[in-house]
Amino acid sequence: MTPTVAEESSAAPIEPAGDRRMPLIPRNTIAGRALIVVVAIMTFLACLTAGSALLVAQASSAWRSDVLSDVTILVKPGPTDDVDRLVDKVVAIAGKSAGTGNVHPYSADDSRKLLRPWLGDRLDLSLLPVPRIIVVHAGSQGDEAVAALRAALAQEAPQADLDDHRVWSSRIGVMAGAVVALAAALFVLVIVAMATAIGFATRGAVAENREIVEVLHFVGASNRFVANEFHSHFQRLGLQGAAIGGGTAIAFFVAAETLSHWSVNSPGGAEIAALFGAFALGPYGYAGLILVAAVVTLLTGLLSRTIVLRHLRVLQ
Amino acid sequence: MLRFEDVALRYGAGDEVVSDLNFSIAPQSFQFLTGPSGAGKTTLLRLMLLSLRPTRGTIHIFGQDSATLTRDDVTALRRRIGVVFQDFRLLDHLTTYENVALPLRALGRAESSYRAEVVELLRWVGLGQRMDAIPPVLSGGEKQRAAIARALIVRPELLLADEPTGNVDPGLARRLLRLFVELHRLGTAVVIATHDLQLMEQFGFARRLVVGDGKLAIFEGAPE
Ligand SMILES: Nc1ncnc2c1ncn2[C@@H]1O[C@H](COP(=O)(O)OP(=O)(O)OP(=O)(O)O)[C@@H](O)[C@H]1O
Ligand SMILES: [Mg+2]
Repeated sequence: MTPTVAEESSAAPIEPAGDRRMPLIPRNTIAGRALIVVVAIMTFLACLTAGSALLVAQASSAWRSDVLSDVTILVKPGPTDDVDRLVDKVVAIAGKSAGTGNVHPYSADDSRKLLRPWLGDRLDLSLLPVPRIIVVHAGSQGDEAVAALRAALAQEAPQADLDDHRVWSSRIGVMAGAVVALAAALFVLVIVAMATAIGFATRGAVAENREIVEVLHFVGASNRFVANEFHSHFQRLGLQGAAIGGGTAIAFFVAAETLSHWSVNSPGGAEIAALFGAFALGPYGYAGLILVAAVVTLLTGLLSRTIVLRHLRVLQ
Repeated sequence: MLRFEDVALRYGAGDEVVSDLNFSIAPQSFQFLTGPSGAGKTTLLRLMLLSLRPTRGTIHIFGQDSATLTRDDVTALRRRIGVVFQDFRLLDHLTTYENVALPLRALGRAESSYRAEVVELLRWVGLGQRMDAIPPVLSGGEKQRAAIARALIVRPELLLADEPTGNVDPGLARRLLRLFVELHRLGTAVVIATHDLQLMEQFGFARRLVVGDGKLAIFEGAPE
């Protein structure tokens, strides 16, 4: 074509700089920012429930494997018994019993140390009939070894009580299971709430940008092209929201872990650490949180795309 | 390429705005569509564009019955039609350059493949210096030229223009009209809705479709 209309056909060529393609769906709308906030909060909550469930599950399995591989023999001396002799006897029985491993008696001093955080320094424990503890490593054939040891003790040292922690451990297991199930339910609810919010936001955006959709159709854009534009628009919003929410959740767990490390060295911290573990999610835990955020991003894009496509089909 | 048979249209439950439309648009033809305000010029163009479905009658477009078209067929046909809307319908958040490039972008083409083409056309319609401006800061005439450029960029087989010279001075109107004539010479069928009698007289070779009272009268143009 030859220039016939241009008044400035002699002007220096003005080349558009770089790839200047703007998104066809305007960014930075109020609705868009609101969706980022919603996705951020939902992602944060989802990560929080997932992370907490993981912590509880990890702590519970750590407690149970620690506690199940050992059995505790509690020696409760009668008024006439010589405690130390009794302990020696039980240690001997435990050592001989089939299948047992390392036998570790806690001395009177050890017992005192164990009790000190709870009873304080000033109490003279020798005045109390403090039971003595012998920890026996049950080894690999746990159940049989424990049964044999229990039989031997019943016969030869009735003052000794054997505790294989099984009742306690199964209760912990049930409790942890319940917490994990509750967290899973919360996680699902959060995701459903988020999907609903995304659905509303998408329909709102299609209505708000109806003029743009119409023009795109007039210039020959297919429904797929239009849906792709909405897809990338919402995927971007989803990515921003998920990054903020997931990042905050990760920061939260890192902070909790750091705090718990720091408190181990403070009075009472050791007990908390013993109960709750180190609050450490571990690399897989953090990878899981990142996965949650990634899934949220993809979900946002795909859900919007599906809704837009269906909406456009109905529109015809 | 476009044939109306007993076509009528009403909006909602109202009276028929146009009826008994029987005419065709030949390939590479050039015609004005005229008539008083509110007569139904825009309505007729929207029927041709398949953005309105006739309440009666059939429209054949590019050899197909418009009633049988699927969504994908309509998309394919739209790519062969260029439109200039009376109210321009430029996207306000895109620059002039991006607005004009929109039909090519909708075809899925990479920007590098069409940049030079778009820049050339923009200079041709006198918007070389306004490429980076967004429509809200353009004058009425500049918006009009951007809308025209967007319709021309795909070199359509059929060009529908609704009052394309409504916002410009007579001099520029004549130049823009010559642009359409040139496109017509290159092989495009052109339909221009206007009620500018003076302008039509300057292009006496053009056929005239006159709508009034819901009917259509046709006056063949003078031979060139
Ligand atoms: N979407 C609509 N719903 C209802 N009535 C409509 C609609 N669009 C147009 N009309 C009516 O149809 C008639 C024809 O309108 P149309 O826009 O086609 O006229 P026109 O010839 O393009 O007028 P103008 O020269 O002012 O642009 C008018 O009476 C108008 O009020
Ligand atoms: Mg009109």
